[in-house]
Amino acid sequence: MPLLQVIGLSKSFRGVRALDGYTLQLSPLSIHGVIGPNGAGKTTLFNLLTGFLKPTSGTIHLLQQDITHAPAYRIAQLGIARTFQNIRLFGNLPVIENVKVALQSQFANSLWATLISSRAFQQNERELEARAEQCLELVGLTSQRDQEAHNLPYGEQRKLEIARAVALNPKILLLDEPTAGMNPNETDEILHLIRRLRDELNITIMLVAHDIPLIMNLCTHIQVLNYGRLIAEGAPQTVRTNPEVIAAYLGQAKYA
Amino acid sequence: MSTLDDRPANPAIGEVRPNKRGGVAALIQSPVAIRLGALLILAIGLSLLHLSGRVFWQGLVINLGIFMILVLSLNLASGFTGVFSLGHIGFMALGAYGSAILTLPLAKKADYLPNLPAWLASIHFDFYLGPFPLGFLLATLLAAGLVAGVALLVGLVLMRLSGHFVAVATLGFLVIVRVILFNADNFTRGSRTFSNVTPYTGLWWVWFWAILTLYVVWRLKYSAYGRAMLAQREDALAAQAVGLAIMPPRLLAFVVSAFFTAVAGSLYAHFITSFSPTVFYFDLTFRVITMLIVGGLGSVSGSVLGTVVIIALAEALRRLEDVTLLYGMSQITLAVIFIVIILFRPNGLLGRREIVLARLFRKGGEPSP
Ligand SMILES: Nc1ncnc2c1ncn2[C@@H]1O[C@H](COP(=O)(O)OP(=O)(O)OP(=O)(O)O)[C@@H](O)[C@H]1O
Ligand SMILES: [Mg+2]
Repeated sequence: MPLLQVIGLSKSFRGVRALDGYTLQLSPLSIHGVIGPNGAGKTTLFNLLTGFLKPTSGTIHLLQQDITHAPAYRIAQLGIARTFQNIRLFGNLPVIENVKVALQSQFANSLWATLISSRAFQQNERELEARAEQCLELVGLTSQRDQEAHNLPYGEQRKLEIARAVALNPKILLLDEPTAGMNPNETDEILHLIRRLRDELNITIMLVAHDIPLIMNLCTHIQVLNYGRLIAEGAPQTVRTNPEVIAAYLGQAKYA
Repeated sequence: MSTLDDRPANPAIGEVRPNKRGGVAALIQSPVAIRLGALLILAIGLSLLHLSGRVFWQGLVINLGIFMILVLSLNLASGFTGVFSLGHIGFMALGAYGSAILTLPLAKKADYLPNLPAWLASIHFDFYLGPFPLGFLLATLLAAGLVAGVALLVGLVLMRLSGHFVAVATLGFLVIVRVILFNADNFTRGSRTFSNVTPYTGLWWVWFWAILTLYVVWRLKYSAYGRAMLAQREDALAAQAVGLAIMPPRLLAFVVSAFFTAVAGSLYAHFITSFSPTVFYFDLTFRVITMLIVGGLGSVSGSVLGTVVIIALAEALRRLEDVTLLYGMSQITLAVIFIVIILFRPNGLLGRREIVLARLFRKGGEPSP
């Protein structure tokens, strides 16, 4: 059974079809790539899947549950985490607090326990802290834990955003151009990190990237969007040789 | 987690390391001891002031405590959540009038508010438990509880807004409260002065509530509730992306804040003992916001500092005014200070940072919870 099942998903912005009849069967533990030229509708797709946009038509099911109309925070609670194409951190909060925000629902305290600072509350906060540190360790940000997030260099901000998403303990993680603006070294780190998330934490990955070698290297399955429509899908090698894809996307000098 | 979660827990982040903390390290340096010490010093100070019989200084310190409650509450509602309220003094007014009507003794009530509905006319929270004015406490709690209910309703409508919209809308609330107070003659005597309020409020009452407010606001800040408030202030979309709904933290902050603001209203009413709706308006709003901004939005210790600085400054300027006969100078100076702070130190004296008592006593302590 697919983990995520999407049927006929469409979104129009004042008549412009940003996404048109998109369909997906996401199998567990896959690393699923979505590629396409600028404006193809990739980010729109992620926004629809995570409830930040409401579709014009179509349905989204997470396992058996219909989440088409669920609010964004609910979808996150149900197990779909994401990062943003233009990083969105809690900039004025320390790095560790950024991660705690995502973790804290797993260590809930009543208002009363919080106010009297009960033993259970203190125990919960300690475990929360320890878990948050582990999340930072995973992406190699342990030494930056008390920095305010906006002070981190760009690449580390991306990593922190991933750590925060992972802290949700998600079933599916949607990464919107996680390597944008990174040097080859950092790109390589992200690649290994994504593999670890899948292999060690059992997180199914959906990934948007313009970096074709990265996608070919990493993904088990690829979809290609162009002007909001799916023009090809399949294993990396099949997609790579698809003439329509080459015409629409891979053929462009920029991505050659 | 959700019922859908049928996977094994994340192995890499499943285990929890025990927290290591420096063993038997000096007991007197523990945060608890330091806080108790601070409380003890405050208690001694208040006792001395109480015994000294200096009415003027007692009044100043009572004012300080009341403003501290107002500023801390506003910080909770606005500084933590980023949803700026200009209407909080409306909650204070409701708390003041509400509790004052409740504590008015029966005889005075019949004389003073003859048109009260029967059920309200027969209530009088002027009873004592031994020497303790239990009625005053209950009236304060009751009035503040009702105001919290009002805040919940107002918040359900207004907390959806953000930025300038919410500031203007909450200002509208302040105006509405004022109009209601002016026109509900039977309850408030309208524009006439509401006097004859029993002077229950003293140093101990005010500082009990001030410390309680400080404690609650501090606890909230360093908890999941506060974290949610700060997170949605920083980035509402990112907050939703990690499973936080926007409304609950905003509403919690607004309601708790309104509760303590109303408590301050009750304390104020039973301190000045006569007032009219004009007291609870722009002047007071501006004063509280100045203290908040000077201290630093979002910083709890900043609120305390901002209140002390502005109260002290206002008092010094007032005396200078008496000497120089330049009346109005103090208000202008305070307004100028406000503008200068906004221009050159928009995050206030402390920004979002905190002064941690424990840190003042040792080097490199951990952030205090
Ligand atoms: N909120 C919006 N309102 C109006 N139009 C939008 C909105 N969001 C996206 N669009 C339009 O929808 C189309 C798809 O945009 P989208 O951001 O999904 O593309 P993308 O594939 O992520 O591109 P890129 O590679 O540049 O990130 C574009 O034409 C864009 O202008
Ligand atoms: Mg995009």
